Amino acid sequence: MISMKNNVKYRIGKSTGFQALTILLACSCVVPLIFILIYILQAGLTKINWHFLTNLPKPVGESGGGIANALLGSIIIILVASVIAIPFGILCGIYLSENRKSRLAYWSRLCVDILQGVPSIVIGIVAYFWLVKPLGGFSAISGSVALAIMMLPIIIRSTEETLKLLPDSLREAGFALGLPFHRVVLKVIVPCGISGILSGVMLSVARIAGETAPLLFTAFGNPYMSFNLLKPMQSLPLLIFNYATSPYNDWHDLAWGASCILLIWVLALNIFTKLMTRKWKVQL
Amino acid sequence: MKSSVDTNLATRPSESGRVVSLKTPDTVSSTKRIKRSFRQIRAENVFRRTLIIVALAMVALVLGIMLTLIFQSTLSIKSSGLGYLWGKTWDPVRDIFGAYPFILGTLLTSFLALAISIPFSFAVAVFLGEYYPQGWFPNLLKNTVELIAAVPSVIYGFWGLAVLVPIVRSFETKIGVEPVGLGIFTSAIILAIMVIPYAASLGRSMIHMVPSNLKEAAYSLGATRWEVIRSVIFPYTKSGLFAGVLLSLGRALGETMAVTMVIGNTSLIPKSIFAPGNTMASVIANEFTEADHPVYLSALIELGLVLFLVTVVINMVGKRLVGKFTNE
Repeated sequence: MISMKNNVKYRIGKSTGFQALTILLACSCVVPLIFILIYILQAGLTKINWHFLTNLPKPVGESGGGIANALLGSIIIILVASVIAIPFGILCGIYLSENRKSRLAYWSRLCVDILQGVPSIVIGIVAYFWLVKPLGGFSAISGSVALAIMMLPIIIRSTEETLKLLPDSLREAGFALGLPFHRVVLKVIVPCGISGILSGVMLSVARIAGETAPLLFTAFGNPYMSFNLLKPMQSLPLLIFNYATSPYNDWHDLAWGASCILLIWVLALNIFTKLMTRKWKVQL
Repeated sequence: MKSSVDTNLATRPSESGRVVSLKTPDTVSSTKRIKRSFRQIRAENVFRRTLIIVALAMVALVLGIMLTLIFQSTLSIKSSGLGYLWGKTWDPVRDIFGAYPFILGTLLTSFLALAISIPFSFAVAVFLGEYYPQGWFPNLLKNTVELIAAVPSVIYGFWGLAVLVPIVRSFETKIGVEPVGLGIFTSAIILAIMVIPYAASLGRSMIHMVPSNLKEAAYSLGATRWEVIRSVIFPYTKSGLFAGVLLSLGRALGETMAVTMVIGNTSLIPKSIFAPGNTMASVIANEFTEADHPVYLSALIELGLVLFLVTVVINMVGKRLVGKFTNE
């Protein structure tokens, strides 16, 4: 009797022990993230001022300088990538949700799955051979294409999943009124699912904003201001990579400031998307 | 359109004013309506065709990626053959290309990272899926863990370079190995932090799906919380948890920037887990723009091809497992 009581106590103790361990391990996951956030904010926020945002980087040896070219370059590259990826992604998502069982949909879905797992550096290689070589040099547009390829799976998936959840009665009501297919899709289905589609788009932008690997052999980087899509262009992640691995302290300072801006930008986009999806009650 | 029959159906806009005055309003609206429905049908066909073209283009895109990699690496495949995979020297100057040091480096960093991250990600999965599925704190934890995946990898790399490398260096001095700081161990730690969210979020949703009557049956037999987790939840979600680990592995294998910045970049075979090394992705990132002759470039692309194929297989198996689990 006594031994059984002890046994029960032992089992309960073991259970509590594991619960405590789980809680401890789970909470400690967040610790590195908080460390990184605090460290980057501390190192970066002091570097950021108006001069930093509106000036070009200075050569080695001169202190000061800013990241205006990288900031603008990032925005341009991301905008062009979005212009390429958003229409394509949404249309593909519509196809997948409208033709759930066709053979083409099966293969297409498989390809989206594959593309989602492809390492970003591989996409950089491919963009190099598709655009950089034929165009005869590194260019911003090739970087945009590489990033657009990375955006596609996220946009397609979120569009498909959102549209699938819409009730068939919506579609049928449209058809019953004699609307042609394209108007049912564009005027009824897409507006109903727009919140989910937009969340997917924002998520994809947040994901590519910090991507460096595909830009290494495409946009390449450029220490000067450039607006030409056919010429190399600087972007924030590239600047951080190049300056962080350089041996100069002045450049490290620039990289800390740039990291801080990139981090705030990406986290803000992510948190904003999360709040929006909660408000719109979207499931992604 | 020019025959007399057709003019009734589809009047040209310039003539429409004259035609209207000659006809009763009823027939006019019907001709207009017919014209409009023709246009609608045409637009509908165009739209359907566009959708099919887009879906085809998606397939073509992935096939194109694969074919480009294969085609561009043929030079290296021809010159080194299968020996490429276990050739132990990588010497671009003498044109000897063996990928073994990088494959070893990739496997070491990824599996070490997995070994470090699995306890944490499973703890998060159990914490959020079983112990505390609701409430403000679990919600906060869930969102924060997801944010780990959102931080750009170049920032992880920079932080690792500035903070983690000195820590690892002093740790290495303490245990008496050569204090480099940069190396496989450091990259594995960074990777471990980065891949936690993938296994955690998939594991959480899998644990959520365990039917409550199974758990209640175990409780009614007198099982403690831990015993339910170990003998009901883990066996039931086995394949799902494994799929989460596979997704993490896929991420770790392909991760480039953070690893490139802290691994030390040497083409020698790493002697221990504290030695500097290189992964497949980091070699490509470092040497691609420096590759000055075709065989060199092609050897680097072959690395990319291997990376591509491995991650595709891992992700496909992971997706299959998840699909099976959710269908049951």
